[in-house]
Amino acid sequence: MRKTLFESLTRGPLTEPPSAPDEAALAELAQTVNRAARARLGRSLSIRHVDAGSCNGCELEIQAVNNAFHDLERFGLRFVASPRHADVLTVTGPVTRNMREALLRVYNATPDPKWVVAIGDCAANGGIFAGSYAVAGGVNDIVPVDLHIRGCPPSPIDLLKGLVALIEHVT
Amino acid sequence: MATLIETLPHQRKADHHRPWPRLIVGAEGWRLATGYLATGHLTLLGLWGDGPIVHMAVLDQRDVAVLSYECKKGTFPSVSTAHPPAGRMERAVRDLNGLNAVGAPDTRPWLDLGFWETGRPLGKGCAATKPAPYKFLPAEGEGLHQVAVGPVHASIIEPGHFRLTCNGEHVVRLEQRFGWTHKGVESLMAGSSLNKAAQLAGRVSGDSTVAYAWAFAQAVEAARQMQVPPRAIYLRALMAELERLANHFGDIGAVCNDASFAIMHAHCGILRERTLRAAHACFSHRLMMDRIVPGGVSNDLAPEGLAQIRALLEDAKLKFPRLVELYDNTASLQDRTVTSGIVRAELARQYGAGGYVGRASGRGFDARRAFAYAPYDTLIFEVPVLNAGDVDARVWIRIREVEQSMALIEQIMARLPNGAIRTPLAGNGQVREGVGFAEAFRGDVMVWLRLAGDGRVERCHLRDASWFQWPLLEAAIEDNIVADFPLCNKSFNCSYSGHDL
Repeated sequence: MRKTLFESLTRGPLTEPPSAPDEAALAELAQTVNRAARARLGRSLSIRHVDAGSCNGCELEIQAVNNAFHDLERFGLRFVASPRHADVLTVTGPVTRNMREALLRVYNATPDPKWVVAIGDCAANGGIFAGSYAVAGGVNDIVPVDLHIRGCPPSPIDLLKGLVALIEHVT
Repeated sequence: MATLIETLPHQRKADHHRPWPRLIVGAEGWRLATGYLATGHLTLLGLWGDGPIVHMAVLDQRDVAVLSYECKKGTFPSVSTAHPPAGRMERAVRDLNGLNAVGAPDTRPWLDLGFWETGRPLGKGCAATKPAPYKFLPAEGEGLHQVAVGPVHASIIEPGHFRLTCNGEHVVRLEQRFGWTHKGVESLMAGSSLNKAAQLAGRVSGDSTVAYAWAFAQAVEAARQMQVPPRAIYLRALMAELERLANHFGDIGAVCNDASFAIMHAHCGILRERTLRAAHACFSHRLMMDRIVPGGVSNDLAPEGLAQIRALLEDAKLKFPRLVELYDNTASLQDRTVTSGIVRAELARQYGAGGYVGRASGRGFDARRAFAYAPYDTLIFEVPVLNAGDVDARVWIRIREVEQSMALIEQIMARLPNGAIRTPLAGNGQVREGVGFAEAFRGDVMVWLRLAGDGRVERCHLRDASWFQWPLLEAAIEDNIVADFPLCNKSFNCSYSGHDL
């Protein structure tokens, strides 16, 4: 372990230069986010993730924004374990009918002001699963969405650009 | 010598079912097969509904057969009465197809939680069911309390419900409840084009998108008796081994992270990220979605990709052994993983558990070896097997498989043939059926399908390895402490979406 730790100290970080906020995301946020809420939060946001029925592809890439290359926390964003502690909900999946109620409860348990980020093509409109007897729709059909990050799945860089745009905009 | 399957009494063989036979059986053949499952002479591979018919796929050594029983009054003799691993599948068949297993010990709904637009969506359809209180199995005794977890979980993972009954810190009973991520994939596939169905297959479980797409493609190619170009076969294997590497790296780190040993998580995360970047450089998609298609692969390997893979292997060969040593020599970590969450070998055999869950408990099944689908019939690799059955053994199986996958990737790169990467689809005009298997990182994926004459998919069933692993987690956690549940769960890393479908 000593060798590994020592190397980590001397080699310098793997973390890559920050991504510029996504222009399209900034434009979407300008329309949705209440400017009055911005001042309250400082430069830090807590995120609670909800998988509302995804295939797990988006989850893998969301996990990847926490790795050494992407290091989401340097932007003041971190994932928390309870909606009660969260400012932001990231939601993936087509929202399945079975998960609809759970998503609503998480949303209602999150204190205001709060923002919802729909992640992935399925979260936007149900994607390839749209029209199924078991799918309620995109996230926006269940709870109001402030920002969409598209992709199947979106890459960690796409996710960073979107989330950085969010923090630039709301704080 | 005749295999056991050939001796099963049956009315006839289905005409166009490949590569293994499908036997149409009556009650006698069905019951006999059930008996062989119970005695361990056959292993259950899947059980699903198809209109008024219920199919059961069984394994006899390396031979596979699909047994089909026509439900005259919407009922069939229960398999789970004698062979519990069929239980959840029978409940799913009832929810989806409206076919009832007569004599089944458990008739509670499984996937239908009462919110769907319609009941029995794969059967004749009926009025939607209503949400009803779910009766969890009882656990009685003084001082017991329950811990309810999910469906929404505290980290960035999929939804599912775990009901833990505990005596102080010790888990007395775990019961799982799933279905939350049910998306109706098989309904969406019915009547869809081959392209759409292949995309859906690749999104049953995103972490195994390559394995699913491969199993689906193999089923189509078996049904249509198509030959796949050699280059495409090798590229498929390259993708599959990259997928296995990425997932095993991620899992090894994540198991250690659940024992609060973050440095392993950080370093394994780096190896995982490098693997995904190499995959992107080769196939322009990090998870390699939609790259395997019926007939071959959609994208040829980008020439600069191979250099990235070589760099990845070089880096991993240097770093990974050091991480393994760290895992092996950290007493506080070993204290958590050794003897935690033991799956007995007998249970792994009974449930036909695949992947690292089976192989850590003495069941050396690997679809790449058992069915020797190309190119694994000519590649050299070992299937590691251990007997301890604990969290530690499941980590070690992954470690050994990382080494095997790296060696496989080197062989694939050395032998990669030139030439075409895709054969045009052929053989339309007739109804054809096929079965395909692929070894995903967590175990064998099975795809069964029937193609209509116009080339569309008439019915497709996809079975994740998790169906036979999830129930073993319930057994493994017994008498462990609550705090070890996440650790045990991560060492299984079963799929929710792949199971709920």
